[in-house]
Amino acid sequence: MKLLLLAATLATTAGLMAQTPAGDAANGKKLFLRDGCYECHGYAGQGGRDGARIAVIGLNAQGLIRYVRAPAGQMPAYTAQVISDQELTDIHAYLQSLPKAKPAKDIPLLNAMEKK
Amino acid sequence: MARSKKISVDRRGFLKGAAAGAAALVVKPEAAKAQEAAEARRPATPTPLPGAKQTAAETTPPPHVDVWTTDRPGSDFMVDVIKKLGFEYVAANPGSAFRGIHESLINYGGNKMPELLTCCHEESSVAMAHGYFKIEGKPMLVMAHGTVGLQHASMAIYNAYADRVPLYLLLGNIQDGAWRRSDVEWAHSVQDAASMVRDYTKWDDSPVSLGGFAESAIRAYKIAMTPPMEPVVIVADAVLQEEPIPEADRGRLQIPKLTLASPPAGDYGAVKQAAKMLVDAENPVIVAGRVARTPEGIDLLVQLAETLQAGVIDRHLRMNFPTAHPLYGAGSVGSADVVLGLELPDLWQVTHTQTPVNRFGMEAKRITKPGAKVITIFAGDLFGKSNYQDFGRYDEVDLAIAADAQATLPLLIEECRKLITADRKAAIAQRGAKLAEVSRRNRQNDIEQAAWGWDASPITTARMAAELWNQIKTEDWSLVSDVTFVSWWPRRLWDFDKPYHFIGGHGAYGVGYGAPAAVGAALANKKHGRISVNIQCDGDLNYAPGVLWTAAHHRIPMLNIMHNNRAYHQELMYVEDMAARAKRGVEHAKIGTAIEDPNINYALMAKAYGMYSDGPIENPNDLGPAIKRAIEVVKKGEPAMIDVITQPR
Repeated sequence: MKLLLLAATLATTAGLMAQTPAGDAANGKKLFLRDGCYECHGYAGQGGRDGARIAVIGLNAQGLIRYVRAPAGQMPAYTAQVISDQELTDIHAYLQSLPKAKPAKDIPLLNAMEKK
Repeated sequence: MARSKKISVDRRGFLKGAAAGAAALVVKPEAAKAQEAAEARRPATPTPLPGAKQTAAETTPPPHVDVWTTDRPGSDFMVDVIKKLGFEYVAANPGSAFRGIHESLINYGGNKMPELLTCCHEESSVAMAHGYFKIEGKPMLVMAHGTVGLQHASMAIYNAYADRVPLYLLLGNIQDGAWRRSDVEWAHSVQDAASMVRDYTKWDDSPVSLGGFAESAIRAYKIAMTPPMEPVVIVADAVLQEEPIPEADRGRLQIPKLTLASPPAGDYGAVKQAAKMLVDAENPVIVAGRVARTPEGIDLLVQLAETLQAGVIDRHLRMNFPTAHPLYGAGSVGSADVVLGLELPDLWQVTHTQTPVNRFGMEAKRITKPGAKVITIFAGDLFGKSNYQDFGRYDEVDLAIAADAQATLPLLIEECRKLITADRKAAIAQRGAKLAEVSRRNRQNDIEQAAWGWDASPITTARMAAELWNQIKTEDWSLVSDVTFVSWWPRRLWDFDKPYHFIGGHGAYGVGYGAPAAVGAALANKKHGRISVNIQCDGDLNYAPGVLWTAAHHRIPMLNIMHNNRAYHQELMYVEDMAARAKRGVEHAKIGTAIEDPNINYALMAKAYGMYSDGPIENPNDLGPAIKRAIEVVKKGEPAMIDVITQPR
């Protein structure tokens, strides 16, 4: 039974991956700026008062698309008329290409705060 | 009578002639020199003897005529009243309707207690008084024209009203039409000056005698300073100001004694009930609005939180609670069985969450646990007006105590302590240990989050806050600006514990408050030698940037750090939201909301107003050294500005 479930999950995942085209990070950056994603999430995707951190997120492109179509909280829903699946896939690729944060202990100013 | 064409010069003709004359002087200097030389060569003629008319004019006494002089204008007495109230400063943009008081302040009053501050806009005058109060704890006097000046000032008054700040406004007006000098004074006079702001002031009066002025001025001060503190308006009639004090009144005019009312404390029975609910609670939480009115308020809130070992959620409206305290930011409304709201103007927003599900409404969901009890202590329950809606949505509560929270805290703490048994004490201590761990984790998460985008340009607001903290943490500092538009980073990273470390926000979110409120607060900090720090939003500064000149002119030391995100960013996000809902054109949201093309150079702007400046700074590594240089200027008693190109929030 467990094996069957795993096989079914893998098949679904494989199916999703097959449907998801590769993202173009360079185009994703243009769209990120053009469509104003930075307004709430920051130019570095770092997040802030009005939006969560989206740089190097755990979601895959399908997960991002699903979220953007029906978001939680204050974020408005962006339909396919406003931004296509392919465009969101490109944005996802851009977000995944952003640098991860250094650990705070490696940044002297933040490390000093940690030691308090 | 026919006018001679020869001597009749119309304005255009006169200007033409004047221009030609001026041009002649400019373009023919050699001809002019030749003329002077010819005059010098002309033989001297004997001086004629004075005629009979001239002799008479020089030797007979002048005829008696009425002239406008007085040794004791009414405005001198008004200044006596103002001095009795103990104002340290008066902020004003000059206006004809209060010219009498203006002159009396600077000459009769010696421009001391109060000292006149030259402001470039009435909105700046009022917001300066707003910021000043939040550091000094007493009002700054504001003078304004009863018509056009008050119109300029009105938005700032509304901010102060919503922020429970006791402004003291003195308006000039010429009530009697027969005394108005010109069409200008007719246009600048009004039947009921205070009516325009009556919806968002606590009290006003237009006294018709100097004795009435004294009584009303003292009464207004008392009303303004009694919680809930709010703005008041006194109209000073120009005739009363400028006419001499009547001889008959000179001996009998008196200024009444000022006695401030004690703030209203909660009813004993209700406070006892609140204490029982809090002590019996398994998981109480305190939500702090505008709690601390004085330094003692912070100590009292700490005592209550520690007595109960309850988490404190601070709404950032005043300096209420130390941010490094183990109970700061711990606990949540959603998990609490008793919520204690202290001076919360927005309780409903605290107990609910909203999601935009359709175009015109919000889906609201109560987030308190089923059966959770809500207690409020709120001076706002003692006073209210209906037109402006800053009172927020009505919320269901279980115990509402109409009183000033700070005045009620001593009794509440005492009653809680009486009710805590040894058993409860152990359970409460255990709860405190868990909350301290939550608070520690919150702080750690904030520090980790600040690392994201650390090297990015535009500079993140977290990096800006961290760089500032690094330079001021060993100084005696005061943050004289709001934190809402920088993702609250200073409150997340800095250690706030002194009463003057934070002044809260706008009140009614009327943009244009930030820069002048910071200048007013920095002025209050000046005599204490504190380093005032203003994180200044670009959109806000552009409402009335002349306040930079006021800061430079009056040598008000303060460090201004521009949060230059080049947009009215809140509105940019709203337009984006609307476009997404309408399923079109999200890429156009910058139209009408961005402040770019051309970009504004705030360093040059500050320089033009006579202020030290640096920037624009785009590289985050340049920011720390720039702040260090600017602080050296501030330490010398001058204001400084650093233009920083920043992330949106």
